[in-house]
Amino acid sequence: MASLEPDVRDLYQDIVLDHSRHPRHGRRLAAFDATAAGDNPMCGDRVQLWVKYAADETIADVGFEARGCAISIASADLMAETVQGRSRHDARALFDAFRVLARSGECPQCDTSLAEPMERLAPLSGVHDYPSRVKCATLPWHALQAALDGTKEATSE
Amino acid sequence: MNVDIRPATVDVARIREDFPILRQTVRGKPLVFLDSAASAQKPRVVIDAMRDAMETQYANIHRGLHWMSERTTEAYEGTRDAVASLMNAADRSEIVFTRNSTEAINLLAHSYGRGVMRPGQAVVVSAMEHHSNLVPWQMLRDAHGIELRIASVTDAGELDMAAFEALLADGKVGLVAITHMSNVLGTYTPAERIVQLAHAYGAKVMFDGSQAIVHRRVDVQALDCDFYAWTGHKLYGPTGIGVLYGKRALLDRMPPFLGGGDMISSVTYERSTWAEVPHKFEAGTPAILEGIGLKAAIEYVQAIGYDAIAAHEASLTDHALTRLSGVKGLTIIGRAQDRGGVVSFTLEGAHPHDVATLLDRQGIAVRAGHHCAEPLMGRFGLEGTARASFGIYTTHGEIDVLADNLERVREFFA
Repeated sequence: MASLEPDVRDLYQDIVLDHSRHPRHGRRLAAFDATAAGDNPMCGDRVQLWVKYAADETIADVGFEARGCAISIASADLMAETVQGRSRHDARALFDAFRVLARSGECPQCDTSLAEPMERLAPLSGVHDYPSRVKCATLPWHALQAALDGTKEATSE
Repeated sequence: MNVDIRPATVDVARIREDFPILRQTVRGKPLVFLDSAASAQKPRVVIDAMRDAMETQYANIHRGLHWMSERTTEAYEGTRDAVASLMNAADRSEIVFTRNSTEAINLLAHSYGRGVMRPGQAVVVSAMEHHSNLVPWQMLRDAHGIELRIASVTDAGELDMAAFEALLADGKVGLVAITHMSNVLGTYTPAERIVQLAHAYGAKVMFDGSQAIVHRRVDVQALDCDFYAWTGHKLYGPTGIGVLYGKRALLDRMPPFLGGGDMISSVTYERSTWAEVPHKFEAGTPAILEGIGLKAAIEYVQAIGYDAIAAHEASLTDHALTRLSGVKGLTIIGRAQDRGGVVSFTLEGAHPHDVATLLDRQGIAVRAGHHCAEPLMGRFGLEGTARASFGIYTTHGEIDVLADNLERVREFFA
């Protein structure tokens, strides 16, 4: 029987599969300044993440442990990679832009100063065609926002 | 004497013609609908019955003194007769209409749990309940001082009968509220044995028959169960109408659930008196059109016959267990001896949601997640499963399509 490709490549691009199988940031940080959990009780996805700030208050490092589908793990890893070295303000702006991308597939911010990081997140844009999966992609961002806000729990339900 | 001469086989090709939706394509592929345990598709006769009622014969029921109301009341109450016949209830007044199984169980937890049971008594449920047959009892426990006991299931996904009997032993159990067929594992519980044991220890029994009544003939008198809850939309009927069967003597002892119109005998500013069973439990304008649709669904199922349905689904289930067992890395969750057409599984290296999405891309609808049975997932050390479930319109070929595509999913994530 023919393989599934290319039927599912809109959602499961190589880069997404690679980050889900081999997350670069999939680890607990030994030293951290903030931590928060993201929980989707309806589907059982759960992510715990840790954030370390640099002296200038930018995000120095993000690590996470996740239990969930390929989309949520890839999204957590791409997020960690993308927000590293950025200010908290930029990280929040990226979340706003990513939410639009995940829900609509469109990227109005791709012409702005966020163009470069948004391009890195673009492989996840295919999720917009699967409304029930959007929350898988946004869960780690909700957890990051909670960590930045100093709250402990978040959900993308 | 009525001799049933219908052959115990199903002409699936002909049955599929009765379900308009099965001609749909999804994402460019023929729809392979393997999610009937969540909600079944509707045959033309159900669709037509509801449309015909709206076009030709509709008014509010039980109150109008005009022709339309009287005819509509007859049609709606005809469904009560059809349900009583389907379940072999001793009397039509033992059939209470609700919105769905969940509301039927909540009605029981409220009216029997608070109205008849006493604090200090216990309710037994199993470890494989749908949330709808667990949460209402947790609420009763917290509000009314009722102990909640959980009967364990074995690794094969069967009710542990020794453990079940042990829970009854102290005589404190007032009610056993238990699934007749698991929506996750496909397991049938040994209903006759459960009733015998429960009654021997002085407990009443309610079955959550949401899944079972779709696949198997339910005879409440032969079973001697005290209550039986189910929902129309899984039996090829509309959403919004469910059933609580209860023995008349028990229903008579129970106070009402919701207050309002239709459930009263007389009302003054000071107090009200209740209508007779079953209307005592049916406050407000009911799901009239859905009731009419449900009658058409019941007649449709009875015309095919439970023997033929059960034979077809047993054959499908055997085929599915064989084909899915052949998929490398696939584990079937639940290996009960007596089981129906619901098969849960995990696939090594692929999360159930990813499995469901990849199958969806091929036009195959399965459910993935905890199936509203989160504690059961914990019991088996799982976050979730993918689940394929079958109906009378499911074909062996569709199961082959599922198995072939699961091979592709496995390769994709390998």
